[in-house]
Parts: sequence; structure tokens; C-alpha cells
Amino acid sequence: MQREIAHIVGTDFIRHVSDADVIDGVLPKFVVEPGTPSDVSRVLAIAHDRGWQVVPRGGGTKLGWGNSPRAADVVLSLCRLDRVQEHAPGDMTATVEAGCTIAALQETLAQRGQRLALDPLWPGRATVGGVLATADSGPLRWSFGPPRDLVLGVTVALADGTLARSGGKVVKNVAGYDLPKLLTGSFGTLGVITQATFRLHPLPAAVRHLTFTLDAASVGAFIAAMRECSLATAAVQIRAGTEMNALAYVRVEGLPEAIEAKAEQVMQRANAAGADVSAAHAPAEDWSARERLFEDLEPTSLVCKIGIPPAESQHLLSLLEREASQDVRWRLVFQAFGVGVLRLELREPERSVVDRLRSRLAEFGGSLVVLACPAGMKPDANVWGEPGDALELMRRIKQQFDPHSILNPGRFLGGI
Amino acid sequence: MSGSRHTRTLLLADIRTLLGEPSVLVRPEQLRTYECDGLTNFRVVPTAVVLPTNAEQVQEIVRLCHRDGVPFVSRGSGTGLSGGALPVEGGIVISLARLNRILEVDIPNERVVVEPGVINLHVTQKVAPYGYFYAPDPSSQSVCTIGGNVAENAGGAHCLKYGFTTTHVLGLEVVLSDGSLVTLGGKAPDTSGYDLCGVFVGSEGTLGIATKVTLRIVRRPEVVQTMVAAFHSTDAAGEAVSRIIAAGIVPAAAEMMDRLSLQAAEAAVHAGYPNCECLLLVELDGVAIEVEVLVAQVKEICSACGAFETRLARSDAERAAMWKGRKAAFAAMGRVSPNYIVQDGVIPRTALSAVLREIERMSRDTGLRVANVFHAGDGNLHPLVLYDRRIEGQEHRAEHLAAEILKLCVRTGGSLTGEHGIGVEKRDFMPEMFAEPDLATMQRVRIAFDPQSLSNPGKVFPRPRLCAERPGPYEPHPLETAGVAELF
Repeated sequence: MQREIAHIVGTDFIRHVSDADVIDGVLPKFVVEPGTPSDVSRVLAIAHDRGWQVVPRGGGTKLGWGNSPRAADVVLSLCRLDRVQEHAPGDMTATVEAGCTIAALQETLAQRGQRLALDPLWPGRATVGGVLATADSGPLRWSFGPPRDLVLGVTVALADGTLARSGGKVVKNVAGYDLPKLLTGSFGTLGVITQATFRLHPLPAAVRHLTFTLDAASVGAFIAAMRECSLATAAVQIRAGTEMNALAYVRVEGLPEAIEAKAEQVMQRANAAGADVSAAHAPAEDWSARERLFEDLEPTSLVCKIGIPPAESQHLLSLLEREASQDVRWRLVFQAFGVGVLRLELREPERSVVDRLRSRLAEFGGSLVVLACPAGMKPDANVWGEPGDALELMRRIKQQFDPHSILNPGRFLGGI
Repeated sequence: MSGSRHTRTLLLADIRTLLGEPSVLVRPEQLRTYECDGLTNFRVVPTAVVLPTNAEQVQEIVRLCHRDGVPFVSRGSGTGLSGGALPVEGGIVISLARLNRILEVDIPNERVVVEPGVINLHVTQKVAPYGYFYAPDPSSQSVCTIGGNVAENAGGAHCLKYGFTTTHVLGLEVVLSDGSLVTLGGKAPDTSGYDLCGVFVGSEGTLGIATKVTLRIVRRPEVVQTMVAAFHSTDAAGEAVSRIIAAGIVPAAAEMMDRLSLQAAEAAVHAGYPNCECLLLVELDGVAIEVEVLVAQVKEICSACGAFETRLARSDAERAAMWKGRKAAFAAMGRVSPNYIVQDGVIPRTALSAVLREIERMSRDTGLRVANVFHAGDGNLHPLVLYDRRIEGQEHRAEHLAAEILKLCVRTGGSLTGEHGIGVEKRDFMPEMFAEPDLATMQRVRIAFDPQSLSNPGKVFPRPRLCAERPGPYEPHPLETAGVAELF
């Protein structure tokens, strides 16, 4: 088994696993680090023939998301595919290999005054491939959209070793099916992304950060107020919880000539919505609040991602307050406030709390996905929630792309 | 193909029972209206056209087609420019024109839920009183439907800043080719599972029929400023666009027209543009104080690049006049040429000068005129190849030239189509852009959705190589001649 793989990637790039390679309690047999997209596809072709289960991995920052894998033989690391292959500033596009970290990409782009307008978790370690596979996004999503709206094309190695391109390198393109969107958020269950082309945005000429404190009851009004001045806000993040005041962070971007006026507009709206703006210009940089939800995780905590129609935020807070009255402690981060994407940490929750929240969220079209939880709790937690009526169709797609189910088996919705 | 005459007779009888006699069209004079879409040189007469009024009826019709193995083509207003709604021989056309209700307007959540037959512009009209608009604005927006926009992933002049149809579709209810109904995405973001909504948008009717669409609406900007700048050459105008982008400005629209297209537009709608080799139309929007600064910057860049005249629209009426000439450009070609072919290739924007020079050379070599109208911000060209069908051999040369222009776009790293779709027109060019494994991967999706290829078969994917297909000449759509719509 290993000899065949070593023949492709070289003996230096196949190794036995260590504790750091464990995925949700499942210990794979070895780690392979191919150096080219075609080597990725050759390794997959062998795995496909032999029926080895493969877990693709970038920076490994989100490897615990999703169901535990049914089995894992090989960790397919993309870490050697880490080059920014092309940055075309005049076309506002960049093509980058999947193993390149978000921070490294941003650094290259910034040299020419541009950025990938995406601020996912742990940019220093998270890779382009991993961010696409998990569709992770941050507060900037409010202004620039989720990864699916920024990715123009991908090259993907399918389970049987087929190496296929889809999409394109230009901003506007409707030729053929939009497979970059299918792969974005597919958790590596349909193929391994080896490179991607993104549309870029200019770096803002000026930026201001504002911080406000709020009481929980005015969060809904604050969100409505921020929507009223949405042209002035690039990103808004709100933290709330059982053991803290609500805090709002607003990022204002624009021309130097206009930035103060925009910030002033935001302050006025915030003030009218009942926020305390007296310390608004304090240098409270706390955009990493989302990351800390995961990093300070207590052994009995659970972190989930919630998607709701954006105006239902106050509704969600009322639900949580009801839970708090029953001694459930929680922290919440509205990470892309106007979009309706939030992260919630629940401490020492009964399983019933997740179920109860889920069914209430479903009433207004929302959903809840468990991202991180104590290892023993996962099988019980129904990580993805109710699959809906398209599950059968999703299974047929999986069957077409990965008939032997070797890619991340069992980790996705409905056990895909 | 697709079952015997007997099968189809039984199928139509069942559909009549379902919809009632008047909603099943079979008479030749009725069917003629449906034999083509906006690409009028491809024509196929369907067996029947059926007019359901709700999703359940669509589901039942598709179930019956599935039972009998009869292919179907769904259709909105038929304004598409690539033959996406061209009927299939022996198949039926399912018109969604009667599914035209706006089901829900949810301003707090910035969502509108519509049936597929709703006209694009009606969505904006519905939400305008609340200070919102629906961003995708193909020029046919006063007649084209949301269902058709979803199928083609329709664009428009404001894509660079606001995105495409796919950016604004959050949820779909889709009837699959076996008649089952699935919900993809929804009003809330990030529903669990694959982004099938993203795959469905732009699939040109080949993955099923959308019967309900959840749209995102966008807050109207505080101010909009529109200006035109006149240049002595397309190179100079192209350089101005490059410098605008390099300055970190993202215009809401940046459109270019060359002399020939300006002449046509002037003759057709008297837009009153400056007399020049190349006109650049730039629109900037956002907060007032910022737009004011940007307008000054753009003016300065244009002058530095040799613009000898810049004009700023001082009123909504003036803005509308500036846009009118641009939007009428396709139809206006009839003023300067009896026949023409519209293309929709995309190039990396920085290749603009080189590509235009090459098109000019090709035009000289073939002795055919090419007019250029394009979305300069995103590199979406609309070259119009002009010819006269009455002159022996000219149509063939024009088709060949249009094909060569498309191949040129792909060679520069661009795309066959930016917003019109592949349809039947460009399906055999797909191998220019995609290798066999790329196309085979798309086919896997097709098979998962529609294993029997009943939903709009024969579109998007190349046919087995029999003869080289060419893009076809443009002929005015009946709606266009009637003055109802402008197409681009």
C-alpha cells in the first residue's frame, strides 16, 4: 500500500500518523503529501481502486466539523500545494493552490493593493481549500458575500482520479454548470480541490473600527439600525451571552475623504437604537471573538453555527433567554449580522437543548449545525440537523462523484 | 425519439384532463409562437405547448412526461439569446407564464418569494417603495421572467458590483425530471448539504423546472451618478477603465461602445452621445459624499487618458437617455446592417486592447464589419458581426468570423459566454473551453438530477462531433420588433 503511494509522491512525503492526525477519535493509517495536482489525482486513483478511505486536509483547523468519519485510511494533505500561482491585479483575479493559507494569499494580494474579501476563522492556518470545502466566512460576508460568491473556478481531483476544471478565470462566465458552487461547502465529500481562482476586491483606502455596548433587549433594534445605514458599514459583529453585556463591533471602510462622515452616520444610528456610543473609538479590536468560542471551549461545551433569516435575530435571542432561565449558559456571536449567520456556544447543554432550539429555529426557516462538541456527544447530537427533501438528490450526486464513498465517508449530511 | 405518436396522443389526453382543453396548445398557428426564443434562426415546432397555473400541475405534467419518456422544455418569456428555450423535436413545451404571482414580500429579511413566470422588473417595482431593488438587470428586464433568469444565470450591466442572478437567488423549489419536488436553499443562509441552488442557477433548464424562487433584494444606494466620456480610440477608453480599476474604484457599471455601435444607437434612439470613436459610460453609486469624490476621480482619469468630452447626467431623465442608447444597441444594428450575429464572449479585461485589435484584423481579412458593445468592467464583450444574407456566401463567412472571435476569447483565458448561456448555439464550442474530463464531470451532475435526459435535452453539452456548428445570425425577436423589449 505505502510502496505504491511512495512511488508517486516520494518516500519523504508519506509518513505514519501521530496523535495530531486523529480525526474525531479516528486514527488513520498514514499521511500523504503530494506535491502536484496530478499526484493528488494519482493517489486518489489508487485509493479508489483499493477502496481506501481518504480524508483531505489543509491546515486541519476545521477537521473536527461534521460527523466523525466512518473510517479513515489516508490523510491527504494539501500542505505542499501552497503557491499563489497568479495574481492579475488588472483583472482583479487570483489563482491559488488549495494548500495556501488565507493569510499568505492576502499578503501577496496586498502588495498590489487588493484582497480576497473573505475573513474566515484562523487565517494564519486555514487554507484556501479548507475554507472552500467548509464554506467558512466571517463578518465581511455582509458586504462581499460568502465564498461561493467569490470563487470563479476550481480544479478538482475526483475520487477516481479524474482531474477536472470547472468555472473559469474571468469574473463573468455562464458556460456550463457552476461546479465551484457545488464543491464549496461539500466538506471534501465530492472531490479534492487542488486550486481555485477568486475574484478580488481593492483594499479600502481608509478603515475605522467602532465599538458599542448594548443591553440584550436592544440587539434587535441595533441590527435594524445598522441595516438602515448598511452602505456605511463593511462588517458588523455582535457578541452577546449570559455572563456579559452585548458588544457590537462595526468596521467602516471607504475613501479618506468620506470615512469620518460614514463613521458619524453609524454612530448616530447606533445611538438612536439605544447603544452606548461613549467609548466608540476605543481601540477594541475584537474580531477574533468567533475564534475564541472554539479555543476557550470547555470540555462540556458545544459550538454551533446558526443560519436564520436576518431579521429574526431578536427572536433567536428571546429563545436563548428562555433557555438561560433554565440554567443553560450561552455565548453568541453574530458574525455576519445582516446575513443571519451566527455562532453559538452552549455550556453543559442537555441534548434536548439542541433539539429544542432546532425545532424552534425551523419554525422561521432557520437551521443549526453543531461544529464542535465533546467527543462522546457527537454521535448523539445529530450534527447536521434534519436533511430536508433534497437528501436523496444529494446522495445521487455523491454516488456519481464518489461511487465507492472513499472521500470523507460519513461526515456529511445524512451520513454522505 | 421520445416515444411513438400514439404515446404522445395519450400523454396529451392526460394533460388535457389535468389542465383543461384550452391550456394545451397543439394547433400549428399556436405552436409557431413557441418554435424559437430570442435566437430566432434555430426553430423547432414542439408537439404541444402546455400552460399550467401552479406547481402541482407542473409536477403532474412532468410526472406524465417521465412515465412516457417524452422530453420537455420549460419556457418563460422566450427572450434568451442562445436557444436555451428551443423546443425539442417530439417534446412538449411547458410555459410558466401563468405561474406569475409574487408570493411574499419580506422587507425586514430583504427577501421576495416569486413564481418563475414573474417579470424581472416587477420585482423591483414591488419593492421600490421600501427603498429596495432587485439587482440583476438584463436589458430585457421589462419582459424576461425570473424563471428564465434563473435558468440562464442572467447578468446585466451592473454585475461587476452587484453580482449575477446566482448571487441573488437564495432558495428554489424545483420539480425534478421524475416529477418529484425538492427544496434547495431557503430564506435563511447556509442550509445544510450541498449548494444545489448554486448548481441549478445557470443550468439552462437541464436539471429541472424551478417553480418557486426566493430572491434577495438590495437596498437602493443613496445616490447614483452616471457619466459618459468620449475618446478618440477604444484603446484610450480601455486604458481609462484599467486606471479606474487600478485606483481601487468599483463602478456600478462601465460600458463601452465603438463608433459603429454608436452610429446605430444614434440612428435608432437619438441618444445624443458625443461624436467619437469610443464612448465610455460609467455609473457610480453609494453614499453621497463618497460618490462625489469618485466622480471627480473618474473624470480626471478619463481626461488623463485623452477623453475630449465628459458629461454627467444631471437628472434621472438624462441618466435614462444615456442608458437608452446603450440598451438599444443590439436592436439598433438593423439600422446599419440587414443581418448580424450577436456574441457574448468574455475576456480578462486587461486583454481588451489586444483582443480588439485582433478582431479588427479579422474583420479586415473577412471584409465584414464588426461593431463592439461591451461591459468593460468585467470583460464581457458583445461583438456584433454585420453582414448581408442576400450576398452569396456572406452569412457563412459571418458565422465563421463569429466562431473565430469566440475561440479568441477562450484563448485569452476567457469564456464562451458571460450571460447569454450556451444553449444550442454554442454547445459545440464547449470543447474549446473545457476538456473531456471537465465536461464529463458536469455530466455526472446531469445524470444525478435527470438520468433520462428528459429536461431540456440537447442543450449546453456538445453533440457527438458530426459537423462543425456555427453561431447563428441574429434576427429580431417578435417582442423586439414590436418595441416591447430591448435585448443584450
